[in-house]
Order: sequence, then structure tokens, then C-alpha cells
Amino acid sequence: MLIARVRDDQDKAAFRVVFDHFAPRVRAFLLRSGANASLAEECTQEVMATLWHKAHLFDPTRASAATWIFTIARNRKIDAFRKQRRPEPEDLPWGPQEEPDQADALALQQESEKLVEAIASLPAKQKELIEKAYFGDLSHSEIAEQTGLPLGTIKSRIRLALDRLRHAMS
Amino acid sequence: MTEMIKHHLNDGLLMAYSAGTLPEAFSLTVAAHISMCDECRARLGAFDTIGGALMDETVDVAVSEGSFEATMARINDVPAATESPAAIRSKGVLPKPVQDYVGGDLDAVKWRSVGMGVKQAILPTSKKATARLLYIPAGAAVPDHGHRGTELTLVLQGAFADEVDHFGAGDIEIANEEVDHTPVADIGADCICLAATDAPLRFRSLIPRIAQPFLRI
Repeated sequence: MLIARVRDDQDKAAFRVVFDHFAPRVRAFLLRSGANASLAEECTQEVMATLWHKAHLFDPTRASAATWIFTIARNRKIDAFRKQRRPEPEDLPWGPQEEPDQADALALQQESEKLVEAIASLPAKQKELIEKAYFGDLSHSEIAEQTGLPLGTIKSRIRLALDRLRHAMS
Repeated sequence: MTEMIKHHLNDGLLMAYSAGTLPEAFSLTVAAHISMCDECRARLGAFDTIGGALMDETVDVAVSEGSFEATMARINDVPAATESPAAIRSKGVLPKPVQDYVGGDLDAVKWRSVGMGVKQAILPTSKKATARLLYIPAGAAVPDHGHRGTELTLVLQGAFADEVDHFGAGDIEIANEEVDHTPVADIGADCICLAATDAPLRFRSLIPRIAQPFLRI
């Protein structure tokens, strides 16, 4: 787990691998969301620096690396382009610094991959709508109530991780 | 409490919150509901996964020369984070994201009377939409009103009923232009709600209509 190596050992080689994969994608995401080249570059560097500093907050049983980095990039986007605060839900209390369960992390990874495949096989029109929702400024009322995406299994997986977290705390 | 929630966020709102395109007042209300509702927290996780997947499959755009080195320089400029992941669930009536806007829990809210015992406090968000806390005494009613846009009403304490349904703590009502309603607080306890609107409300009776510009309801 590359992010775990960044977290535990401040491993620059591991970080370089993560950077080479994700920095171009974060930059592309910011460009498609309306940033100019220099703002996108600056924000990308900030997002990747945040990843380094917050690596200890990454929980692979609750989100994949791509998901987690997306949320960091999205928050940076709201802050930098839209000049708004981003109210975040109260985080769940964390257990006594347990190492995340490998099997849970793997299962979440597999569910994420299934969802990627499902998105890839959507009809073009529907996929376009979803891309517009994430990259553009489609308003919530323009986003259809039913997205047609099979979210059930990954939702159950995340729900399970949340339940375990709560159980560990009680 | 989380098991008793009957009224949840819809997919459109969750996706827009995940994408980061909601006005701040709506984001606050969504974040407050998720703080109280594990079901919607898990659904948000699914929508964030879609965002991650879309970002991951985006065609590469090369980062500029020296980008990695510049990032390492940024990292070295900032001392290592001391932030602990051991977040402790806040005690109190207001969920943490709302407390951040109020500057404390219920006793820090600066209420203003809007008549008939009903009080409100407008929270400082961007102008595109308005977020307000509402205090409705047990058994009292908020004046009959309709909406031009969308109104989200999240119950933080107590409960209310309107023409649509009954809403208890943690429940969120999503009302659109078709809904004219008169929320009435349950007898048992004073009701406290967080409400977000993206257009001014339309009151049915004359007095609140005249007062509207002054009260900003």
C-alpha cells in the first residue's frame, strides 16, 4: 500500500509513484472544472501536498485511493474557484488506531472496480450527464433523481465499514 | 437515532454535494444530515467513489516540468501535521458542521423573533442560498408558505408535521415549488430545524408577506 508507506515512512519513492499516477488526473479534473492552466497546476501541487500531510487520515476500508484524492481535489476546487466554505459532515469517531483490515480494504477495492466498469458500460447519454454533474456546474435539480447507477453493493460495503467502526468504539 | 430516520437525502442532492456544486447553505444542510445519518453517509461514499472513478479515467494531461519538485518544496514548507484522527463526536443538539457556523451549540445561537413564538437565526453562507435555524415552540406553526425553488428542512430536535408527512429528529424534508405547507411542531418538545432555501419563501397571508423583506424569511 503506497499511501501507507507515505504515511509511515515518509517514503518519497512511494509518493513519487502516487504523484505520477494521480497528479496528471487531478490537474485534468481541475482543468475540466474550469481552472486555467496556472491555477490548475498550483491547485494540483496543493492537493498532492495535502495527500502527503494527511496520509494518516486515509482509511482504505472506507474509500479507495482514487476516491480519497478526488475528495481532496474537489474541496480544493470549491475553496479556490468558488470561494466558498465546504461544510463537512462530522467525522465518525475513530477506534484506537487499529490497522485497517486487509480483507475489508481489498473488498472495497473490488467494489470500486465494479463501479468503474458499470460507469464505463453506461449508455453515452447517461454517462455524459454524470460527467457534467461532476465536472461542470449542473445544478442539483438538473441532476435526475435516478442516476441509474448500481450503487447498492458499494454502499453496503461502506456501510459495513462504518458499522464496524461504530462497533469498535462502543 | 440514526436507525429511526425515515426521510433521507435524494440522489440528486448527494451527487451534487459529492461533486461540490451545491450552494453553501445546501452543503451545510446536507453535511448536517449526514452527520446524523449513516445510511446517507454510506450513499455519499458511493457517490464519492463515482467521482474518484471519473477522475481516475480522465485522459492524462501532463503536469508541468518540475511539478514534483515544487510539490516536495511545498511539503517541506509546512511542518508535519499534528492533527489526530481521534475525532470525538460532539455533544449537543447541533451537529458539528452547524456548530462551526454558529460558533457553539444551541446556547450560542442569536435568535430573532419572527412572531407567534417562532424564532430564527440566519447563518453566514454565500448569497446564492440562505441557511437558517428555526425555533418552533411545541405545538406552534410556521406560517403557511410555498416555495419558488427548493427548501430543505432538517429536524435537529423535536418533530414537526405538515401536509406531507411527519418529520422527527434527523429527518430531512425536500420541498419544491409544488409544496405549500404549514409545518406544526409536535406537542412534546420545542422543535429546532435547519432550513436552506435557494429562493425567498412565499407566504399565503398578508402580514408575513409585508414583514418578509425585513425578516429575510
